[in-house]
Amino acid sequence: MSQVPAQLRYSPTHEWVAQLTPGRYRVGITDHAQELLGDVVFVELPQTGQAVQAEAACGVIESVKAASDLYSPLSGEVVASNAELTDNPQWLNEDPYDKGWIFEIQADEKDFAQLLDVAAYQNSIGE
Amino acid sequence: MEETIFACQHEETPAELELAIPAHLLRDDLPLPNPSELEVLRHYTRLSQKNFSIDTNFYPLGSCTMKYNPRIAHEVATLPGFSRLHPATPAVAAQGLLRNLAELQGWLAELTGMAAVSLSPAAGAQGELAGVAMIRAYHQARGDTQRQRMLIPQAAHGTNPASARMAGFTVTELPNLPNGDLDLDALRAALGPDVAGIMLTNPSTLGVFERQIQEVAALVHGAGALLYYDGANLNAILGRVKPGEMGFDVMHLNLHKTFATPHGGGGPGSGAVAAASRLAPYLPVPRVVGEAGSYRWESHAERPESIGQLSAYAGNIGVLLRAHAYVRRLGHAGLRRVSAYAALNANYLMHGLRRQGYTVAFAERRATHEFIISVQDLHKASAVRALDVAKRLLDFGIHAPTIYFPQLVPECLLIEPTETESKASLDRFLEVMAQIRREALEEPELLRNAPHDLPVRRVDETLAARRLQVAE
Amino acid sequence: MPYIPHDNAETAAMLEAIRVPRLEDLFDEIPPALQSDVSALPEGCSEARLRREMEERAAEQAPLRCFAGAGAYAHHIPAIVWEIARRGEFYSAYTPYQAEASQGTLQLLYEFQSFMTRLTGMEISNASLYDGASALAEACLMALRLRPAAREILVPEGLLPHWRRVLDALLPMQGIRLRSLPQDPHSGRLLLPEENFPEAAALILPQINRFGLLEEVDALAHWAESHNLLRIAVVNPLALALLKAPGDWGEQGADIVVGEGQPLGVPLAAGGPYFGFLTCRRDYVRQLPGRLVAKTVDAAGQVAYCLTLQAREQHIRRAGATSNICTNQGLLVTAATIHLATLGANGLRAAAARAHQQAQRLRALLARLPGVELPHAGPVFNEFVLRLPRPAPSVRDGLLAHGFLAGVPLIELNPADDPHDLLVACTELSEDEDLDGYASALAGVLGEM
Repeated sequence: MSQVPAQLRYSPTHEWVAQLTPGRYRVGITDHAQELLGDVVFVELPQTGQAVQAEAACGVIESVKAASDLYSPLSGEVVASNAELTDNPQWLNEDPYDKGWIFEIQADEKDFAQLLDVAAYQNSIGE
Repeated sequence: MEETIFACQHEETPAELELAIPAHLLRDDLPLPNPSELEVLRHYTRLSQKNFSIDTNFYPLGSCTMKYNPRIAHEVATLPGFSRLHPATPAVAAQGLLRNLAELQGWLAELTGMAAVSLSPAAGAQGELAGVAMIRAYHQARGDTQRQRMLIPQAAHGTNPASARMAGFTVTELPNLPNGDLDLDALRAALGPDVAGIMLTNPSTLGVFERQIQEVAALVHGAGALLYYDGANLNAILGRVKPGEMGFDVMHLNLHKTFATPHGGGGPGSGAVAAASRLAPYLPVPRVVGEAGSYRWESHAERPESIGQLSAYAGNIGVLLRAHAYVRRLGHAGLRRVSAYAALNANYLMHGLRRQGYTVAFAERRATHEFIISVQDLHKASAVRALDVAKRLLDFGIHAPTIYFPQLVPECLLIEPTETESKASLDRFLEVMAQIRREALEEPELLRNAPHDLPVRRVDETLAARRLQVAE
Repeated sequence: MPYIPHDNAETAAMLEAIRVPRLEDLFDEIPPALQSDVSALPEGCSEARLRREMEERAAEQAPLRCFAGAGAYAHHIPAIVWEIARRGEFYSAYTPYQAEASQGTLQLLYEFQSFMTRLTGMEISNASLYDGASALAEACLMALRLRPAAREILVPEGLLPHWRRVLDALLPMQGIRLRSLPQDPHSGRLLLPEENFPEAAALILPQINRFGLLEEVDALAHWAESHNLLRIAVVNPLALALLKAPGDWGEQGADIVVGEGQPLGVPLAAGGPYFGFLTCRRDYVRQLPGRLVAKTVDAAGQVAYCLTLQAREQHIRRAGATSNICTNQGLLVTAATIHLATLGANGLRAAAARAHQQAQRLRALLARLPGVELPHAGPVFNEFVLRLPRPAPSVRDGLLAHGFLAGVPLIELNPADDPHDLLVACTELSEDEDLDGYASALAGVLGEM
């Protein structure tokens, strides 16, 4: 069983979303996602200032045996990314909900409210 | 551990050289070692001893056709009359070589049921690229320029979608049915005026023959699209079924698989392309043309519709000569026996493993030259993975089968024994697999920590990628 | 039957085990209408018969003293090179995906990568591509991935025409434009362009150009830097024993370096198999096509090697891969690595210098013949253009009877070239008596024409 913190929202593509302030959200990948990927060796981050669309690829996460697109769970503008991941990709495995956060996005509150809650996400991954 | 060759340093002062080259175009130093010849000989001989190879080990490696590489093929291909020939040698001084290549073109056309063959692609993937580029050229020549999409089954080799993209296509993946056949409803839904073609392997990468192939061909052709045949699995049907007669328009052959040329630790391959008559004008240049005594390379001017030249010369001639020798030695009857015994060996292993309790995918189907087992039951019972089974096999001197391909079957191993393995060799594999199954249930750590008896223990691929030390 | 070990009893036992009556029944899922045979192929033959036929056909290629080059050269290959490379453990091994069973090939490839980064003055080398020309096409695609807004590659006319044709076949399919840059008709060297190329990603810089001439690479690289273009160097690896490494060109060095590996221990073999190499800056490694080997450790902490960054490759990334290439030219790279080690720094410098010196000598000898001219004056490595008083193809054909492959007529590479021009190459195999023999045979042939 993977960790699925109750206070977060989720996307069907295994991203978690935390509300920092209304309209500003932090995004990472779930514990379940990092288990599927295996040891992460590289993260291509979205650029600050980049406009992203919900469900569109905005980066890449690479493990030894897989490469997976990173999808934005929300539409909006990227306002920060976790540059430390470039040198510490293992944080995505070790601490996906804290040190392994990936980017922050300015987005519409209404879109955030549409994301999956814990129960719905757990259901989607069969846990 | 063997140090690298760069540890062999002998200080020697380089000689002063008289050069008619301006000093600013020259380099100051050349940071390479100067080992003695005996040091070189020992170093690389020792390295060779750390390898598995067909000459020393059984390789039941699905989709790769690791069969014996006859040494006579090497010997005749490296005769000085062939190996010392410069690629710019005029045809008049290369008739023996050109005759061999002309014969090979004809033989491959006969084996594939196609109208014409170009031997020039340097490997299977380059043959694929040539084939899909020919499909593109065909549609464009007809003014049918909206065909930008290539259909590819999910279970296809990764080279298929990658080649289609290099030829400028977008890719649509098609599902397979639970019995391994292509989903015809999905195919019908995907076909349309923007579809250029479909890339198929038959037998498919699931180890079964696509029985609906004629229907597939009719559907695809009916929609104005063409069929590409990935020849990676040709060993299964060699001399028995011709892709051209199945309805395919263009294909490549992997001469380093089906025609027993060596894998060489990763290459060279050779990926001859064969085409039906409507695609023949687009074959890559150059081909050998002419008749006995007057063979020559065709010129670019003679082939204005060709997709062009894919490498600087005419392809991997040394590999082509080995394939030529293989066909000549086996003849038509020998080639048909290849597919018969490839199928016999695969079906024998499939039945043996099933009796041991292994889960065989598509067990109700006839295995072709290869088949799939899944160890998901072991994974559930003791968290052992296909990777662990693969690594444990190495301890017994058996190369791992292909694992995690095709991705449709969880925890899968794709097993292809080839026709050159004896019954004794197959029986030993079955004994080892039975032991590994017991170990997986009783001592799973033995598998998870495997291999134990090789030059190195399990290699840390994660550290390799994170540290990325790729030269010194 | 060759290479199939089963006797009748074993075949029968196996069929019985799988409950199949006859071998032919193994194909019973295949629709009967699709089953055919191939009796139009020849009968099989014995190994002895095969060898005899092939020896006869090989003998039709009379041995020639080879002065042809244009990208492939008749170099000496020390006996040790293929003695080791053709060992079954290298020759018949598979791609080293199973690292623990492939440490020999993997360490060798790591050493190859180290040789190539040192020769070219770059940080990263892949484990080889098909040949030099296709490696150049891959380098262009790589440059366009690094500059996604760009659409063009600048291609000097000094690039070998058969390499240019490979670019023409492989790149426009992806919407890429190739823009030609002219050579100076008098010097034969690349002219510094006056205009800007806002849509270009990179400039290709062949150091040695197709006339055998050395280019002013520092000035050209500097021009490209100042126009914000990536620099793709095209080099002869043996010449790099002497010539400035591309990593040192201009202010910033080349970005990507490619070349044909054939001069490093690979037989001419009528054009292949050869291998292409590709080296680059470390920052670009995720855009690199082809296999890459890294040094790491095993579970016990000892040094080990494995393939790495496979997520770039087609078997994982599929349509998103950096290239469709699956193979590398493993066996050729095995030979090249042993070749580089055997010659060492000093042997490579000596071979390169000898090839250069013999080319200088032959150029001077031939230029003395009546009617023979040298169209270009610039410095060369081991190859030069000779302008003959008669069409080059017929002169070349005339010299065959004297035992010489005199060179490559430029018109056979590029129909627009002067039909009298012959590209002539020397190597360390070109002995003094061969040069003298060539000169007198050429004088004779020209005298008869």
